[in-house]
This record gives sequence, C-alpha cells and structure tokens, in this order.
Amino acid sequence: MTIAHDDIRLDAGAPTTQTMTMAAALNLALADAIRDDPAVVVFGEDVGALGGVFRITDGLTERFGEERCFDTPLAESGIVGTAVGMAMNGMRPVVEMQFDAFALPAFEQVVSHVAKLGNRTRGAVRLPMVIRMPSGGGIGGVEHHCDSSEAYYAHTPGLTVVAPSTPQDAYSMLRAAIASPDPVIFIEPKKLYWTKGEVDTSQVAHLGTARIAREGTDVTVLAYAAMVPVALEAAEIAASEGRSVQVIDVRSLSPFDDQLVTAAVRATGRAVVVAEAPGYVSVAGEIQARVFERCFEYLEAPVRRVTGFDTPFAPPKLEHFYLPDADRILDAIDSLHWDDDEETR
Amino acid sequence: MSDRVLTPETLLPRDEPVRLIAPDGTAEADQHYPMPDLAHLRDAYRALVEGRRINDQASALVRQGRLAVYPSSHGQEACQVAASLVLGERDWLFPTYRDSVAVIGRGVNPADAMVLLAGDWHSGYDPTEHRVAPQATPLATQLLHAVGFAQAAKYRGEDTVVLALCGDGATSEGDFHEALNFAAVFAIPVVFFVQNNEFAISVPLSRQSAAPSLAHKAVGYGIPGQRVDGNDVAAVLSVLGDAVDRARAGEGPSLIEAHTYRMQAHTNADDDTRYRERAEVQAWIERDPLTRIRAYLTAHDALDTATEDRIAADAERIAADLRAALNADTDLDPEDLFRFVTTDRTPQLDEQWQMLRDEIARGAASDAVSPTGGSR
Ligand SMILES: Cc1ncc(C[n+]2csc(CCOP(=O)(O)OP(=O)(O)O)c2C)c(N)n1
Repeated sequence: MTIAHDDIRLDAGAPTTQTMTMAAALNLALADAIRDDPAVVVFGEDVGALGGVFRITDGLTERFGEERCFDTPLAESGIVGTAVGMAMNGMRPVVEMQFDAFALPAFEQVVSHVAKLGNRTRGAVRLPMVIRMPSGGGIGGVEHHCDSSEAYYAHTPGLTVVAPSTPQDAYSMLRAAIASPDPVIFIEPKKLYWTKGEVDTSQVAHLGTARIAREGTDVTVLAYAAMVPVALEAAEIAASEGRSVQVIDVRSLSPFDDQLVTAAVRATGRAVVVAEAPGYVSVAGEIQARVFERCFEYLEAPVRRVTGFDTPFAPPKLEHFYLPDADRILDAIDSLHWDDDEETR
Repeated sequence: MSDRVLTPETLLPRDEPVRLIAPDGTAEADQHYPMPDLAHLRDAYRALVEGRRINDQASALVRQGRLAVYPSSHGQEACQVAASLVLGERDWLFPTYRDSVAVIGRGVNPADAMVLLAGDWHSGYDPTEHRVAPQATPLATQLLHAVGFAQAAKYRGEDTVVLALCGDGATSEGDFHEALNFAAVFAIPVVFFVQNNEFAISVPLSRQSAAPSLAHKAVGYGIPGQRVDGNDVAAVLSVLGDAVDRARAGEGPSLIEAHTYRMQAHTNADDDTRYRERAEVQAWIERDPLTRIRAYLTAHDALDTATEDRIAADAERIAADLRAALNADTDLDPEDLFRFVTTDRTPQLDEQWQMLRDEIARGAASDAVSPTGGSR
C-alpha cells in the first residue's frame, strides 16, 4: 500500500457547523482524519473499548476497527518509540498520553528522537506524528493528574507545540497537526474538555498562529489553554470598570506568532502574560522576554506575568489558591502604570 | 547468596497458581508451601474483614464527596492483608494508589492513608514512622525505589526486606524491567509482588503480556518466579512469606504474581460496563477471599459467632472513625504550598507566598464588606 500525503484535504467530508464540546470536537477531528487518510492510526492506553479516560477516542475502534485505533501495553516510551518507527515507515500515528505527567516515561523518545530525527537525517526522514496530552488542573485531580509540562517540550527544538482553547481550534488544530509533516505535541486543557462552542469542520488552522480572542485597546493579555477563558473573564470585568482589554489566545507555543503579538502590544502599549504552569523558566517567561525585546519603545509599563507558583501543583483542596484567576489578572493589569494612577510607581 | 544452583527449572513458576484453600473452604495440601497455623489465619481473617470494610467505606465517602477518588482493592484484600502481615517491623513496603488497605495494615491510621485521596495533601503519613513509602501513582516507578532502598539496607548491614507492589499493567513499563534486573544483578533483598487483577483500567491482561504468566518473566532476570491464588489468603501468606524469608537469608529477590480480580471499576470515575461483561465480574464473587477463609476457619472450629461478631463490630468502629475523620472540616493552610518544596524556602517562594497572603487578606476584607463580592 502506498500512501500519498500531499493531497490530504481537510474538508473531504461534508462540511458542517455544529455546537459541540471540545472533547467531541477532538473526537470528530480524529474520526475525520482516520476516514480521510489510511495512514492515520490512533493508539495509546485505554483508547479502544473505553474510548480514552476522557472519551476523546470514543467509538473510533468500533467505527474503524482495531487496526486504526487500538490499546497498547501500558508503556509510554513504547507508545512514542513505536510511533517514531511507524512514522518513519509511512504512517501518521496519533498517540495519546493519558495525562501529561504520564508522558514522562516517553520523554527520552520525545527529546532524543521525535524532536531530532528530521534534523539528524538532513530532512531525509520526517516524522508526521502527533502526541496528544491532556494537561493542566482545575478538575480537582490528585497529584500527577494536573501538571502543565509544555515548557519542556517548547524548549526542545524540532517540536511543534500547540494548545487550543476552543472547540473550533481543537478540531481545526488537531486536523492541521495530523496533516503536518513534523511532530506535534498537542496539549489539551482538560478543564475545557466539556465547554461547548461552534465547530465548522471546513475551517483549516495554520499551526504557528495566535488568535485575537477579544478586541481591546488599553492592554493586551496573552494567554493560552485553560487560561484563555479566565483572561476573557478578567477582560469582561475590566470593561465594566472602563478599561478595554484585548485578549490574545497564543495557542501556538512553538513556533510563536511574534508578528501578531508584536503588532498587538505595540498598539496597546501594555501587556500581561497569563499561564497556569509555574512561571520560572516558562513559556510565559519566554513570551514576556520576546515582547520586551520587540516592543520596548512602545511600552508604557513593564510586561507582567501571572502564572502558577513555583511549587508542585497543589492538592485538590488547595488548587484554587494555586490557579491564576481573574482577580490575579486584574491586579496585574492595575499595576501597569496607568496615567490616572494616583500613585504611579 | 546461597550457592543454590539457579537453573531455568528452579526459577520457573508452577503451571498452576499455588493454592492452599479451595474456594469452598477445603484445604489443599502442598509439599512446598505449608498451611499457616489457625491463629495466624484468624488474624488474617480479622484484617480481611477490616480491609473490606475500609474499602467499602472509602467508596461510599467518594459518593458523598468526601474523597476526591478511591481506587478500591475490593476483592483483592487477601493480597493486601498478606502484604502487610508477612513483613517484620523493620521491613519496608513500597505501595501503589490501590494499596491503601496494605498501608493501613502496616499501622498507618486509615484517615491518614486517605489524605491523598481526600485531596488534602499528596501523602498523609510519615513514611519513616510505619516504614511505608508514599503511595505511588506513576506506574512502576516505586519498584526502582524499593530496589535502591533495599540495596542501601544491604550496604548498611541491616536485614531489612523490602516488599514492592504493582499491578499487572505496570509490568509493561520499562521501570518494571529495570527494577527486576537491578535487583537480580545485585542480589537485593526485595520481593516484587504483582497483583494481577486482570485489568489495567480497561485494558485486559492479554494486551499487557504474551508470556505464559507474569511470574514467568522472572526467569529472564535470573530470579525465581511464583504464582499464587490471590484470593486465598493462606496461600498468599505462605508464598510471600517464603520469598521474604529467602530475601532475608541473602538469597536475593523474587517475583510473585497473585491471580486475583478487580471487582469494582478502576476508580469511581471509571465505567467498567464499557469494557467487561457483568457475568465475568459475577463469577469472581464465588471466589471471594473472605468467604473462603471464613469457611476454612469455621470448619476447623477456629471461628465462632462471638468472635465473628467482635471482628465485625471492630470493623464498624474503624469505618465510623474514618467517616468521622473525613466528615470533619479540615483546616488547610495555603502556606503549606510553599513550605516543603525545598528544605529551606527560597526567597522566590517567600515572595510568592507574600503575594498569596495579601490576596487572601484582601479577599477576607472585601467579603466582610460585601458577602458576595470578590477581592476587588
Ligand atoms: C506512568 C503512568 N502511566 C499511566 C498512568 C495512568 N494509570 C493509572 S492506573 C492505570 C492502570 C494500572 O493498571 P495496573 O498496573 O494493572 O494496576 P491496577 O490499577 O489494576 O491496580 C493507568 C493506566 C499512570 N498512573 N502512570
């Protein structure tokens, strides 16, 4: 069987616009990808009969058979390592890590091979594979179920790292990730799995771009994954207090959309970066640095960060103290040297 | 190490799991593994009844929202009980999330064993006090810790034996392989005890291994493997006890596989009707570890109604204490988030705690003004 990847058309099915959860959108993206390309295979722990612990692969084995969606032995390094071999031999594996902390046994495969094979072979071998990872907290999960490890992956050259925050992006970005010739770490904010939105299956995403989630003129809030709705909530409150907050959903952590972000911050002159992960040596820190470098002359105030603490993720009963909320974002916005400040620092 | 010759034949497990008591309670003599005496078995029975009660109480507390999650060992209590009873006071246990009953068997207060699952903190007991490592969630990782711990004991001239627990699914992880190999190469006094309960969440054993049994894996590392009926507490006590004795005598590690069954869903968050037939679950009720040992003890006049009533009443009291402890409102201190990250708290974390403390204070102040308002 020879498989051509060049003519994958994302709208091969009848395009539809429906309201659905992010979980359903991801499920639909996987189903449509399997339907459209015989090279796509989905595998991981509990993805078959159970349909995944978050039901993202629900019904795929039933509909497409064991060859296209199957349970593996319980071994993350095995899952990612065999996906590398499959991708070298004409397949497009889409693998699931059950929780992002449980992807760590596969870290060596990801960093030493997934990220580097294309470069090592001077482009002779490309790895079209996707590693899906439910990520983040906010669900009352016990330890190892709420980590945000995107910084490890974003730090690793050769990996595309994306994190959708809406059902539409979940669908379009997963289709784009599967169609990508390069390996993609696909981070799914598990707190948002059950949030609903419109999904137009004919919309194609371009990985590497950010999205303006809310227009605003006074300050730009840059957020991703589960922090996007929190930033939007802060913007709403700020609006009621007379401040116009622009919210950008960064959504592509690597590569980063410098173009859109730089233009946005230059226009507002103020920026706050919001992320759930610990702030030290983080994606939020990188974004902050890039904005400083590119927008310094336009800034009215230092770029601020609102992130998780530099501690292990909190146990369920303390997680509300840990997770950045709208108040914390508003406090950061308040500190941005406003002209009407009585005591501008 | 003794100079016992290790041939594949001496390392291989039996074709059939070791069993000393049949499901109907009748004894089955075994040439190699002696039947534990009646007093010992009555202690085991007591622990089984208490373990079952704790499992079912914890599951009920999940339904009432008092525990975040509970991976129950209902049906696996013979393994849990034996794992704690075969260890001496100075020995160590390295358990998983499913082994709360074994942890409690080592003397940890049930409410302390539930701290992780209640969501208060990541572990609720001091491992050094009861010689129980924190319950591990990342699969198979604790097996390597167990090996290193036992290796240190060996260097330090202590006769500690370490019992390391894991499930059938965890045997597929690389860490399982590495742990067994290290233990074998360095002849470490550690016993690997796999509770094969047939499922890793939804994935059946057939998707984990094509080996004749999990215990057969031992021969590949050069260590003895044995299989035991995991619902026969007498057999588990005898087989595990033998492995612990050999480890203590300097004869190195072994791998014991208990054949048992996870009677309930993986956790309360799981729906096991999606991947297994009810009839399969029902069939295991007949092999319940409690009814089996109870029938045996009763037939041997080692358990009368008065004793049974006393055991049941004690189990009720343990359950009541657990309920009371988990129904009480715990006073959690957010500063704990920052206290233990490193031995000395960094200035960076001091600053972050200061920020959180200000937020909490402002929240309290604005709540006092308007009960519905946030901190703004
Ligand atoms: C490294 C790692 N991968 C995945 C998980 C998620 N997970 C938790 S329990 C479990 C199944 C474990 O099955 P088994 O080892 O048979 O033990 P059991 O739960 O049946 O006692 C899985 C996949 C995890 N905890 N750690």
